[in-house]
Amino acid sequence: MTFEDIFLKLSQKFPQAILGKEETKPDASIKVSPEGIRAVIQFLRDELQFETLHLVSGVDYPALPALCVVYHPGSYTHKIVLSLKVYLPRTDEAKVQSVCDLFKAANWHERETFDMYGIQFVNHPDHRRILCPEDWQGFPLRKDYVTPDYYNGMPVPLFFEESTPSEGGTH
Amino acid sequence: MGPGDNVVLTTMDDVLNWGRSNSLWPLTFGLACCAIEMMATGAADYDLERFGCGVFRATPRQADLMIVAGTVTLKMASRIRMLYEQMPDPKWVISMGSCSNKGGPYWQEGYHVLKGVDRVVPVDIYVPGCPPRPETLIEAIMMLQKKIKVQEAALGPLGFMRKQA
Repeated sequence: MTFEDIFLKLSQKFPQAILGKEETKPDASIKVSPEGIRAVIQFLRDELQFETLHLVSGVDYPALPALCVVYHPGSYTHKIVLSLKVYLPRTDEAKVQSVCDLFKAANWHERETFDMYGIQFVNHPDHRRILCPEDWQGFPLRKDYVTPDYYNGMPVPLFFEESTPSEGGTH
Repeated sequence: MGPGDNVVLTTMDDVLNWGRSNSLWPLTFGLACCAIEMMATGAADYDLERFGCGVFRATPRQADLMIVAGTVTLKMASRIRMLYEQMPDPKWVISMGSCSNKGGPYWQEGYHVLKGVDRVVPVDIYVPGCPPRPETLIEAIMMLQKKIKVQEAALGPLGFMRKQA
């Protein structure tokens, strides 16, 4: 089964959720609506022999503006890895349904996507930051992220002007 | 204190420094890829045990040398400080590799990296390299041993015969 076959099957099954094809390189990707992504991934897993979810990650498009969640379900039967893109509004309230119960692999990937982009995953069993400290402010992989001058009293930039830290102890 | 005491004190220094410098027990502190080189230094080919320095301890309470081998993230920095404070005096720190010296490749865009471990603990020897080869780490340990051998072990700032102010 090729990409075109899968795209056709998905479009017939989910005419509302599948928003179209995007000619990304090297492989094309499928645009999916935020409401339909869970059903699409469940259909891929149960009907189209997509046994694994390789990756869940995020992209920030400040020009659109949009936040994007990218899913990479893979099939060993058809020897293909799809990429599904879900576009969300570029706010702190960007939300999408979690797919943790369908693929356990999604758990940490969704946590990392939340950690880096601030995208909320509804019904995630353990929804908190994974890499950054729990008291970290902001979402580092957003394009408009500004590196803080101090974290817990420690200066962050390599070259910095000595000043009184606004909060926290001194090390 | 008479003139003869100096001879005793100098000898005391020598004995203590000889003991300290030849039984450095490092704290297992591998943070990133430098740790692989540190392990290689401790393994059979390079054999850190020749310098009395091969007893890697898993607890700071039994260690007197901290080899910070790898990228120090801001999340880890406060833990490093805590482990350093748990080590008994006298204690020394080797900063191994570019990351722990000055941030390494994360010097500009690394929002999460502490730009130099000397911002949280005092460093005795800096080892350049990305990562440094085992010979470089051995050289650093030998330099540290030289540094320890000229310390005032008995009456100096860390000496056990130091008078309390």
